[in-house]
Amino acid sequence: MRNSTAAAFAAAVSIPASLVFSSPALAAGDDEIARIREQLQEMKTVYEARIASLEERLERAEKRTENRPSAVRPASAPGREAPREATPVRTPVRADADFVAAAPPVYASAAPRQASPSAFNPEMSLILSGSYARMSKDPEQRRLQGFMPSGGERLPETRSFNLGETELALSANIDPFFRGEFRMAVAPDNTIGVEEANIQTLGLGHGFNVKAGRFLSGVGYLNEHHPHAWDFSDAPLPYQAFFGNALGMDGVQVRWLAPTDLFLEFGVEAARSRSFPTTDETRGKNGGLSGSAFARLGGDVGTSNSWRAGLSYFAARPRDRVYEDPLNATSSSFSGRSRTWIADFIWKWAPNGNARYRNLKIQGEYFSRPEKGDLTYDPDGAALVGDYKNRASGFYAQTVYQFLPRWRAGYRYDELRAGGASIGLVKSGALTIDDLPLLKSYRPKRHTVMLDFSPTEFSRVRVQFARDRTRPEAVDNQLWIQYIMSMGAHGAHKF
Amino acid sequence: MKKIVGIVSALLSACLLAFAPTAGAVQVFTTAPEWAALVREIGGEDVIVSVATTGLQDPHRIQAKPSLITAARSADLVVANGAELEVAWLPLVIRASGNAQIQPGRPGYFEAAAYVRLIEAPVLLDRSQGDVHPLGNPHIHGDPRNMLSVGRALAARLAQIDPKNAAAYSNRYKRFTGTMRASIAVWERDAAPLRGVPILVQHKVFSYLESWLGIEEAGALEAIPGVEPSGAHLAEILARQAGNPARMVVYPAYQDDAPSRWVGERAKIPVVLLPSTLGGTPDASNLYKYYESMVRRLLDGLKSGGGAQNGESRVLE
Repeated sequence: MRNSTAAAFAAAVSIPASLVFSSPALAAGDDEIARIREQLQEMKTVYEARIASLEERLERAEKRTENRPSAVRPASAPGREAPREATPVRTPVRADADFVAAAPPVYASAAPRQASPSAFNPEMSLILSGSYARMSKDPEQRRLQGFMPSGGERLPETRSFNLGETELALSANIDPFFRGEFRMAVAPDNTIGVEEANIQTLGLGHGFNVKAGRFLSGVGYLNEHHPHAWDFSDAPLPYQAFFGNALGMDGVQVRWLAPTDLFLEFGVEAARSRSFPTTDETRGKNGGLSGSAFARLGGDVGTSNSWRAGLSYFAARPRDRVYEDPLNATSSSFSGRSRTWIADFIWKWAPNGNARYRNLKIQGEYFSRPEKGDLTYDPDGAALVGDYKNRASGFYAQTVYQFLPRWRAGYRYDELRAGGASIGLVKSGALTIDDLPLLKSYRPKRHTVMLDFSPTEFSRVRVQFARDRTRPEAVDNQLWIQYIMSMGAHGAHKF
Repeated sequence: MKKIVGIVSALLSACLLAFAPTAGAVQVFTTAPEWAALVREIGGEDVIVSVATTGLQDPHRIQAKPSLITAARSADLVVANGAELEVAWLPLVIRASGNAQIQPGRPGYFEAAAYVRLIEAPVLLDRSQGDVHPLGNPHIHGDPRNMLSVGRALAARLAQIDPKNAAAYSNRYKRFTGTMRASIAVWERDAAPLRGVPILVQHKVFSYLESWLGIEEAGALEAIPGVEPSGAHLAEILARQAGNPARMVVYPAYQDDAPSRWVGERAKIPVVLLPSTLGGTPDASNLYKYYESMVRRLLDGLKSGGGAQNGESRVLE
């Protein structure tokens, strides 16, 4: 046993090794290498002959199996086949059993599998990322003027070298009815976050899918995509301003796919939202907290184009959502209703639908958020209360073109409109807008270009440059150099 | 919020009523043209076949696009290639479809590769070897004999899903094997000159074709599967021409011919375009013509490279 293992190993090594040694520069003039090469060649020949004879035996054995008379094969024994053919199939179950017996699956690995408790290990993947950032302004000073802080303004956290999120994902079918998924992100400051931990139904049928647990909301297009799948190093401005990068949910999602020729999908979610603009995480009431609904339409135009468009709605009731104004260090808090509408669109083109060499992606999303309620100024001190009403909006549009097999270039434009907030405390004269400097209306804008290189599907290196004008007093030129790599299970090709 | 839920649920129930499932032919979702053709051979008028990809698309690079999810939603049977060829997109499509029948493990999910012997199972299972397929080379349709064993299992599966037409599937399968076996004999006779002929391939997509016709693969331009060939590796391949000269270099329709052309011109051997599946070239319009086309193109390549030593490189399309 040990000998044969060693021999098999030698044979396995000999093939690549002989390729290496066949390089003339190495082989020339070195006796020992020549001798080793000769030995390896000899072993290779011996093993090739043995493999060939085994293959021949296997082929013969297969032919014998094939020639065995069965319900579906007109084999070499017509005399025995004829009566079967003449007999009509009486019971479907019987016919079925015949067929199944006639066609046992043959798997590649002929070796019998050994029992192993690790055989049911889930699909596992790990994503590594890191970046070097050069920014003309301190990222700590960055704000989206006119927008209450969402927590998504600062990415990366600091200049120079940064470790990105390290994401570990495990997923597997739990049983015939459920699938489980777990994604954990380890932040560079050594904190661990549960990004997703959910179960999904597998066998509901009729186009229904139910997901429960922690997940990224299905609203919009980009929301469900994790940062490593983004085409740019950071989230578009609307995602930063409206959701603090992404809308996370702890709750239930129901999706239904209509049985139409055109892709038509509806979804609703009821959840404790984990993101801005909600305060669900600290709330202790029964019943619904936040909810969303979305509808999507999609299809193909010829073989070269495919598209998807969607409309989403998210409703929340934040309570005492406190923020500190970075400009004058006073606190304020908002309570009321927050609603968000999103229209999204994506178009993908590849010649003949073959994305290998060239493909183009055009995508855009428009956000609109009406908020209505009360604004409390300095809740721990003066605690002045007045009504607050605003409608903020924003959009991004981007295109990414793969012009060579491994190279892509992209451009993105994003813009936010803070809207003209109606603030009761200012109207009544209790405060002036200078007391709430962050809420002064503004239109943050940004241009971004990127170039990325993906040696394989599992690795990517990106250079990105952004001209960030998210506050009136500064123009921030941001340069990123970033890598994103994934190991383990093959990533899914999401549309 | 409540209003929204109300509206959506009203919409849902209206749609449910409007699209009651229609009885009749078995709807089959296939992942590639060769399996669509095989299903049509065996299913005849009892099946409606949709196919996810064309012969001009790289099967490794497909995305779970909306039209595929819609097609899977109404399928009674998914016929996939298997051996992890579609691992990046098919599981996603099947899950998103919300179709209980076609989930892996159910009768509505069929993988062709489970019924043939896979070759080239990697010795070293590591991504440093590129996008390797752990179970073996998944491009099994290059060998028409695999169509027979897959066809047999497929006929059984169709009968299981649609028992009332079991006899029809069985009969069509018998007819198919008759024609196919006869055709295979003809192709094998025609392709006899190809036996033992060394060729270069751009991507290892023709391994089963080679093993069927006894063609010798002298090397692959892609040193690592799925990674574009490097100049150094191409030079190494050229250097090897001195020892055991390959007679032609072949590439599949979905790949750019530049690396093959580069090698072909320098080694002065013909560059042959082969349909990697049906529709890859205009003449590969059905299952029989597909194999016929591959054999003919290889023979043409052999002929035009006859005076190999001082011959000009020609691109055969």
